[in-house]
Amino acid sequence: MSQRPTNLLEVDKLTVAFPGHVAVREASFAIAPAETLALVGESGCGKSVTAFSVMRLLPTTARVATGRILFDGNDLLAASRAEMRRLRGRHISLIQQEPMTSLNPVLSVGVQIGEVLRRHERLSRRAARARTVELLDLVKIPDAHRRVDDYPHNLSGGMRQRVMIAMAVACRPKLLIADEPTTALDVTTQAQVLDLLGDLRRELSMAVLLITHDLGVVAQWADRIAVMYAGRIVERASIAPFFAKPMHPYSHGLLGARVDVDAEEHYLTDRLTEIPGSVGSAAGEAGCSFAPRCPMVQPSCRVAPPPLLELADGRAVACPITVAQAGATHGVAVG
Amino acid sequence: MSTPDLTTPLPVTDLGNRAAPRKGRRLRAFVRNPTFVAGAIILGFVVLVALFADLLCPGDPQDMAGPPLLWPGDDAEFPLGTDSLGRNVLALLVHGSRASLLVGISAAAIGLAIGMVVGSVAGFFGGWVDTLLTRLIELFQTTPTFLLVVVIVAIREPSLQTIALAIGLASWPTVARLVRAQFRSLRESDFVVAARSLGYSRTRIIVQEILPNALPPVIVAASVMIANAILTEAGLSFLNMRDPNVVSWGGMIGDSRDQLRNAWFLTALPGAAIAATVLSLNLVGDGLNEILNPRSDP
Repeated sequence: MSQRPTNLLEVDKLTVAFPGHVAVREASFAIAPAETLALVGESGCGKSVTAFSVMRLLPTTARVATGRILFDGNDLLAASRAEMRRLRGRHISLIQQEPMTSLNPVLSVGVQIGEVLRRHERLSRRAARARTVELLDLVKIPDAHRRVDDYPHNLSGGMRQRVMIAMAVACRPKLLIADEPTTALDVTTQAQVLDLLGDLRRELSMAVLLITHDLGVVAQWADRIAVMYAGRIVERASIAPFFAKPMHPYSHGLLGARVDVDAEEHYLTDRLTEIPGSVGSAAGEAGCSFAPRCPMVQPSCRVAPPPLLELADGRAVACPITVAQAGATHGVAVG
Repeated sequence: MSTPDLTTPLPVTDLGNRAAPRKGRRLRAFVRNPTFVAGAIILGFVVLVALFADLLCPGDPQDMAGPPLLWPGDDAEFPLGTDSLGRNVLALLVHGSRASLLVGISAAAIGLAIGMVVGSVAGFFGGWVDTLLTRLIELFQTTPTFLLVVVIVAIREPSLQTIALAIGLASWPTVARLVRAQFRSLRESDFVVAARSLGYSRTRIIVQEILPNALPPVIVAASVMIANAILTEAGLSFLNMRDPNVVSWGGMIGDSRDQLRNAWFLTALPGAAIAATVLSLNLVGDGLNEILNPRSDP
């Protein structure tokens, strides 16, 4: 392919099925180089499955039914096992949710980071070790030259996640997939780890697929957002317009359910807003999977799943009702 | 509504708990475990005797050294007496430790090697490979171990190598099942997913990521396997399926069973040596089990 693609990663109508249920339905999104896309949704809506599909690390029971995943113009779903092994860790990296269990307990962190460099950059043992110390410095681990020989059980959760990040960015990947990288950490550590990811993303000009359910994190760290619900992407937007005016009723509900420090709410006097029902109520729904929980549901919603309607500025919403309303009041062009 | 700012970084550094003197702690765990220490002392003694057998009792232990059937204490030259052929019982015991340990260790090594390969392949790949290998393991397990060993040794000439090979071939299914179970749970673990996400090959993941984590129960099983191999070798020697040119404890018992009524010490002494060695290996195994068990880790 001679023409340089504008998007680093392009996921096109991806459908992933497990025996008995479909985890991801026709999900489409794209990430430009050095851009951060946040994939947001509640637990079990298919965020992680989407991420693992990109890495081609789905469990053996899962099957990619339809779709294409283009990375740098190459179809990952058609790539051979060896090609994927060359890409993983080098051009696409993954940071997992659980730093406590994601490091091999019997190898020192230095060996684990060095191994990535030795595998992908063919560095010698000495060179890999020197580079490892630099990487530990880069992820702001104090006393890097001493910490390099520590075993995972010597490190706290935040430190382990830093080590995971060091491994992930060791070969300066073009795309970093961060699957809820801070969910398992306490709040102060979360902020530091996110800060670090933000710095590294700029320094190494990496694209980041940030999977999270924390809208505060999204607001501060992402360039664009894709909201997933029951395996479908229901809204795609840039950050500022999304937070200014969420279009899909589910996005609206998510933002409404967020706790705001400035709102002066107290649990004794106010109830937290919630979206009634659960994501499980989408099962067996012929139409829009959010219909059973939607406050603005219309009879037409239950007929067929609404298509993702493209609006201006790369925004897309899978709800004809809110799009029609927005079109009526604001005159936004419906594409 | 403006963009909210919920994650203002706080100026706190997450220094992990200071690096503890970890090698020292591991060592202390071994020393503090009385079961392990008791087993290790007895086993260490037997190993030293086997290593320095030629210094302790120089010469061929099979040589006729004195009058037959001397009782222990009758003659200072033969502190443990002599057998019906006038051989020095002490020299026989000392040199016999070599055969017992050698057979025990090499049989366990063969069993471990086969068992780990079969178990890790079955556990890691699953599917039809696992089904096939599990059936093979079950096939071996339904055959009585001792019978299988007797048959293999009977087909070939009873040398130490054949005996070790036979015991190894009969004992690998235990290890295979153990390793397979470990691999099945470890292959789904986060660090294996992490290793795959870093582009490591399957061979590397099996050998360097999963196997070291699967080892603790295997190490425990290994000490019991050595003990069982020593017992099996003694049983074979008692049945006269042994290398006639090599002294072994089981062979001493077999040679002396005719003298059981008039010179019982000839069977009791090698019997005690076997019992002590097997006991020490079991103690070491139990101790290792306690030390290596992650749930008992402070």
